[in-house]
Amino acid sequence: MGIELASLSKSYDGQNWTLKNINVQIKSGEFFTIVGPSGCGKSTLLRMIAGLISISDGTLKIDDQDVTNLPPQERSLSMVFQNYALFPFLDVKSNVAFGLKARKMPAAQLEQRVAHALELVGLSELKARKPRELSGGQRQRVALARAIASDTKICLMDEPLSNLDAQLRSKMRSEIRELQQNLGITLIYVTHDQVEAMTMADRIMVLHAHEVQQIGTPSEIYQHPANSFVAQFFGTPRMNLLSVHYSTKNQRHLQVDPLLDYVLPMDIEEGDYFVGVRPNALEIHATAQASNAAIKNIEYLGTQSIIHALLDNQEEVRITTAQNNTFSLGERIQIRATAAYFVFDNTGRAIFFNKGDGEDGRTNYKQTVTNAL
Amino acid sequence: MDAPITNKQSQTHYKPKGNKKPLTVGLSYKKELRERLYALVFLGPSLLILTIFVFFPMLRTLYLSFFLTNSVGKPTVFIGLQNYFSLLTSTAYLHSLQATFIYVIAVSCLTLVLGLLLAQTASQKIRGISFFRTVFSGTMGVSVSVAAIFWLFMFNPSVGLLDQLANLFHLPVINWLTQPGWAMTAVVISTVWMNLGFTFLIFFGALQSVPTTFYEAAQIEGVSKRYQFFHITLPMISPTLFFVSIITLIESFKSFGLIDLMTAGGPDNATNLLVYRIYQDAFLSGNYGLASTESVILALMIAFFTFIQFKVLEKRVNY
Repeated sequence: MGIELASLSKSYDGQNWTLKNINVQIKSGEFFTIVGPSGCGKSTLLRMIAGLISISDGTLKIDDQDVTNLPPQERSLSMVFQNYALFPFLDVKSNVAFGLKARKMPAAQLEQRVAHALELVGLSELKARKPRELSGGQRQRVALARAIASDTKICLMDEPLSNLDAQLRSKMRSEIRELQQNLGITLIYVTHDQVEAMTMADRIMVLHAHEVQQIGTPSEIYQHPANSFVAQFFGTPRMNLLSVHYSTKNQRHLQVDPLLDYVLPMDIEEGDYFVGVRPNALEIHATAQASNAAIKNIEYLGTQSIIHALLDNQEEVRITTAQNNTFSLGERIQIRATAAYFVFDNTGRAIFFNKGDGEDGRTNYKQTVTNAL
Repeated sequence: MDAPITNKQSQTHYKPKGNKKPLTVGLSYKKELRERLYALVFLGPSLLILTIFVFFPMLRTLYLSFFLTNSVGKPTVFIGLQNYFSLLTSTAYLHSLQATFIYVIAVSCLTLVLGLLLAQTASQKIRGISFFRTVFSGTMGVSVSVAAIFWLFMFNPSVGLLDQLANLFHLPVINWLTQPGWAMTAVVISTVWMNLGFTFLIFFGALQSVPTTFYEAAQIEGVSKRYQFFHITLPMISPTLFFVSIITLIESFKSFGLIDLMTAGGPDNATNLLVYRIYQDAFLSGNYGLASTESVILALMIAFFTFIQFKVLEKRVNY
């Protein structure tokens, strides 16, 4: 079942927007992730879709049917919560059966549904346990089983993995993804973790400052970020944003400093820009005669290291390098550009990118320019 | 880490509650002695106070219950269990016992139900609800004597609000405090009113601590409000429910102030509850032996009912 959000908005006091003008069509069977920093309104949006929070403006359609003002139970969806919402006084089986029992489902059918759901999440053995006798991951699976047992075609998940440790989280990521594929459900998944969003989703919606920043597949979002926020939100370590001034006398050279120089394939208007460079798209030359930076900090990660360096113009940059153990703190180095970079205007909007493999963003650039006009 | 837990593992999950290990493993005898001494020094002051004001009076009461006493409470003749026998065969005492049971049951049930009702109401997200939260907990700040005077006015047959209302609707006027049945009703109403502030506050706190996602999860599954209350709210606050029910029960067994000020045990001993009878026998009639016996019986009864409550509610409360 597809879901359509048309200029969905939320305001609690009638003056300030908590969410403004959200538009998206979620396809049937899609794994759709809503991601953003805390406080961006992503949980609010999910609760609006669920019907737990009223919609101030706009329409919500599920399967082409307007459900904007319908109560939660008439939207035929299930939801998994961050704190699992398991009843501590009920055992695993009764927790999974809770909703079905309340709706007076015939016992035989109920038993069968619950058993099936528990089997899918691999908890059949533990059905007589109380939640407090389960580990975090097992509790999360009970919550999943409850959603599965309700047999809805749409499932909403609100940061379901954030209470788990890192190792378990990566395991549950693939489990949830697999379940979603096997059951063929439409899944809307809220998270603040960009890695979760990238690894699980078919498509990602990036929310920030009450508005949608970008909607796209993980690779679209990573390769063609719509603005500097999205560019910095995805990828670790974060993309470097270096401020530059461009004037026509620079002749298609965007100069962060004399040694760190980007050649533009076409003219852009005069003004202030940000050059966005991923940490793996900068090169360090320690032996070069001329230097433009000093090493401030080194994070050793095994296969690579993250170098924090201070450019002579006082901007800090992060660089990942496979050359381990060759640098020392305070060492003078030369930082050079590679072909891959992004250009953002002074409002942060992406206007141009160069992936360094021949494909560049000239078409994109033109498009954004025409959009702006 | 996440594999199904086998039985053997699960046993290690729970540590036995009683820690039987001696506190001072590996310490020499001298060191242990010093530890004990320290413990005594720190516990001393509270032990002393408890002994003077709790343990000694308790034992003294038990002791006195086996004696006849003179008018200043000195034991004179040892009579064994005679006090107990005479009490349990006295119609006046049995009548008191019956009145106390009616009173305790009525007060406890009404306090719990009304307190929960008010707390549930105050938990709704309605504009201006904080005003009612304050009002509902208001009786916590009212002293017994003020409450008694307030209710005496309410129940007054000529100027009382209740009978004026009755007049207005052409209902028969009730002589609240002079008719035995109505006097009991009046005392119950006043006590419940007094209890509500505290009960409301405790229940309100308990309701607030139930995670909202429980209700959200239920709502999404289409669970009715009524079902939510009985299958989520009640089990979740059952520990509090248990706590409040014990406190209320014990408190109502011990009721004295309102009785003394409103009815003084009357009319016709209709509200002469156990504690009031103890007061009368000891300090009005000077019969300290008998009063001590009544105290012991009351203490045993409270202990018994508390024990029963623990037994009955144990399973439902534990999660």
